[in-house]
Amino acid sequence: MLTAENHPRPPYKTYHEWYAAQDTAHLIRKTQDAENIFRRTGITFAVYGHADSAEKLIPFDIIPRIISAREWRKLAQGIEQRVLALNAFLDDIYHKQEIIRAGRIPRELIERNIAFLPEMIGFKPPGGVYTHIVGTDIVRTGEDQFYVLEDNARTPSGVSYMLENRETMMQMFPELFTLNKVQRVEDYPRLLRQSLACVAPPGCKGRPRVAVLTPGIYNSAYYEHSFLADQMGVELVEGSDLRVIDGRVKMRTTGGYEAIDVLYRRVDDDFLDPLTFRPESALGIPGIMDVYRAGNITIANAPGTGIADDKAIYSYMPEIVEFYTGRKALLENVPTWRCSEPASLKYVLEHIEELVIKEVHGSGGYGMLVGPTATKKECEDFALKLAARPHNYIAQPTLALSTVPIFVNKGVAPRHVDLRPYVLVSDKVKIIPGGLTRVALKQGSLVVNSSQGGGTKDTWVLED
Amino acid sequence: MLGRTANGLYWMFRYIERAENIARLVDAGLRVALTRAGSSDEDWHGVLESAGVREEYGQVHADMTAANAVDYLLRDTANPSSVMSCIEYGRNNARMVRTALTRETWEATNEAWIDLKARLSRPLRAADLPDLIDVIKRRCGLIRGAFHGSMLRNEIYNFSRIGTFIERADNTSRILDVKYYVLLPSISQVGSALDNFQWESILRSVSAHRSYGWVYDTEYQAANIADFLILKVQMPRSLAYCYEKIVSNLGYLEADYGERHKAHETAAAIKATLKRGSITDIMDQGLHEFLQDFISRNNQLSADISDGYRFYQ
Repeated sequence: MLTAENHPRPPYKTYHEWYAAQDTAHLIRKTQDAENIFRRTGITFAVYGHADSAEKLIPFDIIPRIISAREWRKLAQGIEQRVLALNAFLDDIYHKQEIIRAGRIPRELIERNIAFLPEMIGFKPPGGVYTHIVGTDIVRTGEDQFYVLEDNARTPSGVSYMLENRETMMQMFPELFTLNKVQRVEDYPRLLRQSLACVAPPGCKGRPRVAVLTPGIYNSAYYEHSFLADQMGVELVEGSDLRVIDGRVKMRTTGGYEAIDVLYRRVDDDFLDPLTFRPESALGIPGIMDVYRAGNITIANAPGTGIADDKAIYSYMPEIVEFYTGRKALLENVPTWRCSEPASLKYVLEHIEELVIKEVHGSGGYGMLVGPTATKKECEDFALKLAARPHNYIAQPTLALSTVPIFVNKGVAPRHVDLRPYVLVSDKVKIIPGGLTRVALKQGSLVVNSSQGGGTKDTWVLED
Repeated sequence: MLGRTANGLYWMFRYIERAENIARLVDAGLRVALTRAGSSDEDWHGVLESAGVREEYGQVHADMTAANAVDYLLRDTANPSSVMSCIEYGRNNARMVRTALTRETWEATNEAWIDLKARLSRPLRAADLPDLIDVIKRRCGLIRGAFHGSMLRNEIYNFSRIGTFIERADNTSRILDVKYYVLLPSISQVGSALDNFQWESILRSVSAHRSYGWVYDTEYQAANIADFLILKVQMPRSLAYCYEKIVSNLGYLEADYGERHKAHETAAAIKATLKRGSITDIMDQGLHEFLQDFISRNNQLSADISDGYRFYQ
């Protein structure tokens, strides 16, 4: 919020004045109010493996993160470029594979990757869109300086928090929204529905029937699935509600079976179709891949998109962006060592205390090592795992992440954050101004995942 | 709408209704214990029976005490019909059909669950019971109010309402059936002091001890009580009222779907029985037999609705 000279940074100027006039005890009460709102609304998530905490709240911080219109424009251009490149990349590797033939990416990295689905080879999804919804994880290291941490191209979650955080802030501090001109995020569900309807199969007549596929009420993100279905005004379905009949995917309704045109699935590829993928999956719909390949349903995001957000592929993103857009990537990649390469592995093992080491296929902040905050013992143990299966890991330097203020009982304190803006792709690319800001609540920590004790805050993009 | 969603709505509202009715039963039981000289813990047998859990109670508790009975009815999760279990199932169903509910209805349900879970998680003290029962009724009332004030009048509304009234009809008929013998015509026609207590307790368990006086003489009479709870359409917990509502909600569904099912016939037939009947005829034919028959036809209707509208879990 403040510059080195202790002045508020320009986008925070109005907020800072307002904050200075507030009474701390009042803000402590507001923090409690926010928690009550979240609990009442049932905005919860589940942490797997914690029997006693079936439904948990994600801590919410009442100080918004504020981004200027100028900074946002720059960021949005970079994101759009990257998302278009991701779609072009997916189209290429499932068709002509020019990027491999051009020698820019090793063939085995694609074809031996578990996220690569041979079933998708030669198939063009409706509208040519692979990643209908993308959540790009970004960190800021300084003025106008952003790095992309991850391109979540499978089923990015968290957008319900972006919306509920805003809703909560408007309910608690309405006056802040008259003092500041904040760009709207509330249109997201409407835009999502439009975007999904826009890529309905070509044979679909009339208004496309859209549904959200959830693994069920015990899934950690169930709240979000029901929230999105509700806000879009579409059915929320589970695998057991659906059946393939006469070449269509149909749901069991009170009036009989009815066909679905677009399925926004929040179930992983592996579980989507037991006839094609994991035979034991009870979450999927037997035969849906045949319907898909026959062009009678749109699946969003398309199966096989996981190859694009694989952490090993990530290190090639600068090449990928340049290859498909013909321009240098506007957003920087974090330098990444691929441990599968002997020279990189050697470097990583020698510098383990300075690096963040992640599993190639991992997510949710599990199975990673943050060298600078790990104990000597943890580093040694991790080095053994790393040496045993080097191809399973990548390593990155810890960035000098910028911090934002959070509210603590004594006032404000700095914490590290990241940002996940949400991008919708149909015949055009739409980026919602803002996104989900995740906060590492522990002082000095760099891990923002909610499963690891991270929190969230509202994210404002100001109007000019 | 998914058959699973319709089923979820139907059961959500059955459970919420049951939670409230169990609270009323306990309230009536406590009242008897307070006001009647010579009342004993044995009186709780009848309450447990009205709640349909007398046998199950015996499997958990060896002896009958007021404290155990109240605990079993309000907070024991081993009892599938305890208030805590009902609220838990009701809320789980609500969570499953979250997209079919308005935010107000969902929040009222979720808050009821949060509040009652906290209150019912610790052993109950006798002194807290009146307040607790009040809170349960109020919470259920808030869910109902949010539902009425905010839901679209469409199939979602109709399935929810049908669940409410099938459950309510079942509860009222069971309350009557457990005490049917105290309503049988006695020689004197004027109740003894004991009868008066029993009768008031019946009325109290359907929150009708005041409204009775508006419709009939203030003097309790067995036939009038039976009439009030079975045939009086103005009485919102009577069987006749429940069937007015069920038939009209099924009628909306019929218009919506352009389709008539066996359930429509079953409901119409039950309604006709209630409309034609006079309380004298019912008493003459046998109140107990009448109620047993009603309970089984009410269950049949539930099954017919489930078939006709393709419910599944």
